[in-house]
Amino acid sequence: MITRTFTEPVPKREAELRAAFWEQVKSIPRGEKIQNCIQCGTCTGTCPVSYMMDITPREVVALFRAGHLEDILHSRTIWICASCYSCRVRCPSGILVTDLIYALKRLAMDMKIYPPKFPTYALSKAFISNIYKYGRNFEIGLAIRYFLKANPKKLIASAGFGLAMIRKGRISVRPQSIKKVKEIRAIIDRANQLEKEGI
Amino acid sequence: MMEYAYYPGCSLENTGKPYDWSIREVFKTLSIGLREIEDWNCCGATMYMSVDKIVGFAVSARNLALAQNMGLDICAPCSSCYTTLRKTNRHMTWNIHSRKLINEALKAGGLSYDKMVEVRHPLDILVNDVGIEKISASCRFELEGLKVAPYYGCMIVRPVYDFDDMDDPQTMDMLFDALGADVVDYPDKVRCCGGMLMTTFEEIALNLNNHLLKCAEDNGADVIVTTCPLCQMNLESYQAQINRRYNLKHNMPIMYFSQLVGLALGVEPSKLGIDTLLIEAPKIKLKPKAVEAAV
Repeated sequence: MITRTFTEPVPKREAELRAAFWEQVKSIPRGEKIQNCIQCGTCTGTCPVSYMMDITPREVVALFRAGHLEDILHSRTIWICASCYSCRVRCPSGILVTDLIYALKRLAMDMKIYPPKFPTYALSKAFISNIYKYGRNFEIGLAIRYFLKANPKKLIASAGFGLAMIRKGRISVRPQSIKKVKEIRAIIDRANQLEKEGI
Repeated sequence: MMEYAYYPGCSLENTGKPYDWSIREVFKTLSIGLREIEDWNCCGATMYMSVDKIVGFAVSARNLALAQNMGLDICAPCSSCYTTLRKTNRHMTWNIHSRKLINEALKAGGLSYDKMVEVRHPLDILVNDVGIEKISASCRFELEGLKVAPYYGCMIVRPVYDFDDMDDPQTMDMLFDALGADVVDYPDKVRCCGGMLMTTFEEIALNLNNHLLKCAEDNGADVIVTTCPLCQMNLESYQAQINRRYNLKHNMPIMYFSQLVGLALGVEPSKLGIDTLLIEAPKIKLKPKAVEAAV
């Protein structure tokens, strides 16, 4: 996977990604602390899901330093993070690991770099369109939309408890919309516009 | 009278309905005011954070602005909403530039947010504002002999632990101890349930939840008590799949902490949604509290 050595100049693509990443990092409180990493591995050790990652959280920082940001974006790691914040509260250098992973997710989505056959971002997209449409999240609609795209088999596997939940009155089969949907759309549109203008 | 702006969040309108019902009942019984924020919207959840920062914060901040207009602090039972709303607060305090942008977006919806509203978890409110002693005194029953594994999950103790310890939180332990339950050791009390991974990486999430269930069983628990609708759903509705996957026989009831508190307060079980649990609640011996004998 890693083919470049330190002596080579940073390729254009990597340089572009790094610039975009630092833009993201600037928006995180104390984001620049990533530079203080001592490679102790506490983040990886405390992470309940690192055993399934192709690149561990510690390696994410190491690879970034070595100039392989694109490899990080292609990894499953950033999408496996469940955002439990264990690493963040235990990092002896005070690095906000979870928030950096969020920054990487945002970067991956901006740059459209995903691991192969990996539709996690589809869930985010479906979620956002829900909020825009109704102002609230519509759990069952979200799940169905996601599984149809990502894994139709799972739809059938979850049907059992889904039906039980409906019977017990714990799932609404119709989305609940807020009254002032227009208000939330105006806020989202304006925020998107501000984000694009980059002010 | 104490009063809070109630932010149920989307989960409490759906799979987490029993949490919503029981919180309302418990607060009503203890005479704590709970005024629902009118026309609240999704908090943005962790998903929005990974997509668009300003938009995510603006969506979240609309709720804070609405609560600010009510002049009340927020009570948010869903751990994920709790963390997201607090994160928005912290971010807007820390980053003045971003605060300006978020307010600019809010203006498009005729709102603004400048006076920081406190976001509180009902567990925090019950234990620290009302007080365990007062709750215990209002109880009509004791949860005698019920072996409770208190599961805190991630979001109410991390990333910023505000009202409890991040490694070994005690609020629920103390609360249920005072209500007469037998609180068991639960070393996994702050371990992650996987959250949304149950949807995106089922294999990992099933394994995480299997650990949580096993740990409770090993310590002799009758019930796991949670403070989060996503933890409740993962632990409860996927138990059958976990059993199939690992060839096990878990049958662990997963209840909201507010449901148990409600039972001790003497609220009708049906009003707390006890009958809507997928795994039947354990037999709870509700021992009427001894009335002080007149001498």
